[in-house]
Amino acid sequence: MIEAEGLTKFYGHIGAIRNVSFKIDKGEVVGFLGPNGAGKSTTLRILTCYMPPSSGMARVEGLDVIENSLQIRQKIGYLPESVPLYKDLTVRRFLRFAASSKGVEAKRMNAEVSRVISACGLEKNAGRIVGNLSKGFRQRVGLAQALLNDPSVLILDEPTIGLDPGHIIEIRRLIQELRGDRTILLSSHILPEVAQLCQRVIIINKGEIVATDSPTNLTSQLQKTVKIVLEVSGPTHEFAQAIENLTGVEKVSQVSNGTSKFVIETDPSTDIRPEIAAMAVQKGCGLLELRTIQLSLEDIFMQLVTEEPSGEGAKS
Amino acid sequence: MKGFWPVFRKELYQMFMSPIFYAVGFTFLLVSGVFFNFILSQVVMVSYQVAQHPELGKEISMMELFLRSFLWNLSIVTLFIAPLLTMRLYAEERKSGTIELLFTYPVTDAAALVGKFAACVTILAILIAATLPGVIAVALVAEPAWKLIFSGYTGLFLLGCSFLALGTFASTLTRNQIISAIITFGALLVLWFIGEAKTTVSPVLGSILEYVSVSKHFEGLSKGLIDSRDILFYFVFSVFFLFLTLRQMSSYRWRG
Repeated sequence: MIEAEGLTKFYGHIGAIRNVSFKIDKGEVVGFLGPNGAGKSTTLRILTCYMPPSSGMARVEGLDVIENSLQIRQKIGYLPESVPLYKDLTVRRFLRFAASSKGVEAKRMNAEVSRVISACGLEKNAGRIVGNLSKGFRQRVGLAQALLNDPSVLILDEPTIGLDPGHIIEIRRLIQELRGDRTILLSSHILPEVAQLCQRVIIINKGEIVATDSPTNLTSQLQKTVKIVLEVSGPTHEFAQAIENLTGVEKVSQVSNGTSKFVIETDPSTDIRPEIAAMAVQKGCGLLELRTIQLSLEDIFMQLVTEEPSGEGAKS
Repeated sequence: MKGFWPVFRKELYQMFMSPIFYAVGFTFLLVSGVFFNFILSQVVMVSYQVAQHPELGKEISMMELFLRSFLWNLSIVTLFIAPLLTMRLYAEERKSGTIELLFTYPVTDAAALVGKFAACVTILAILIAATLPGVIAVALVAEPAWKLIFSGYTGLFLLGCSFLALGTFASTLTRNQIISAIITFGALLVLWFIGEAKTTVSPVLGSILEYVSVSKHFEGLSKGLIDSRDILFYFVFSVFFLFLTLRQMSSYRWRG
């Protein structure tokens, strides 16, 4: 369980986050989303007791980050953004250091280190020097050290940044396997990743939380128009003009000049696709494509982070 | 002191994995070997002359002469290697970002600091101890001055610990290891020679300068005079700089 109330952090005079409040229940997987420099890492660093907040309060598993710092650190696994590792140690040696720092007793040491090594697919690299590993494997070592001593809260700062697609899929699969009764908070600026992994998304921009909801709710709430893609053959312009006169249609735009592809924006309350199909038959046009576009999390994100402060509705 | 052993072991591993340690160790042992040879031959020559003119050297113990010169030279070599042992302690952790791991593991800042410092002290103790067999061999052949050897080596070790404590603090001031080593060199050289300035300033200031000079407190110990004031000085000196290091840690945390 993670709770934050009015977290504020200043670096000198520069405010990194302002009045950030949220609550994450036990066992939830939550994505922390925001553009670069939005304050994601700052918030995570406060939660992991790396640094204290300038004001506000944060509790992890019911413990205060300032007063019970050591006890919290005992319970969390943290993967920092830059994946700092002791590059001159071997993977196994480094993990043994991390395990003993986290209070794993000597008796359980070998079993525990071997467990995370196999969980992260590092068996073949356990004897290699960390500095000689590729970026993807270093990320796995970073994840492995976070998993030591079975933490009840896992905080991952940009776990897939800078990896090739193969490794990204592997790491995501790993994170998915880690769900269960663990609380997982992961930050990212890659939206499909968050949509795929998380039950809930917290969107942060310029140090303030702008939205908190599940990916599907965010999509439906912010979808102000339904977009339909239409491709026809035959007398296309005439056809397009006819569509504009249909009820519920707000805008018809050609995808690019010289093509017969259009994007039609309509009121979400009515579905005009049957009417378009009927009209195509009537006008003797060939219907090549007709489908609605789902507003992706990407669009929502852009809407939220570019929204006017007056709140006059989203720009698209 | 939760977390002392893991950090201590990690630091030793890193030290033994690092080429800097081997270069420093090799140089230290080579230079101390050269000094040993050099000083021993000089003392042997002096003892020949004393043997020819017994009235000159009734009060001079050849063993004391040898050991004092040798330990003074060793102390200068230690002054040069101490910054190289401590320069990476915090500078590297900050540069590579691993301090973030150290700060978020359930390890207190004090335990991490003591672990790091103890690892450096261990390395220094190993290097200093490696010069002992030669000295013991001379003592067995010439004069069994065990108290003198004990006092001199204790002094050298305490002096070295003070150097390391100052170096540990200096390594928190910058992310650059070389700058950290240079700061340590500078500070140690000033503290080494500062006592010499006493004739040029007022008597009160002069005695203060002499007191804070790290070399002055080594004089007695190198002669076999174990004075608790000198031992206390080195102890307080080390604790003071370790305390400053701990303050730096809190400062990092607040600044982020």
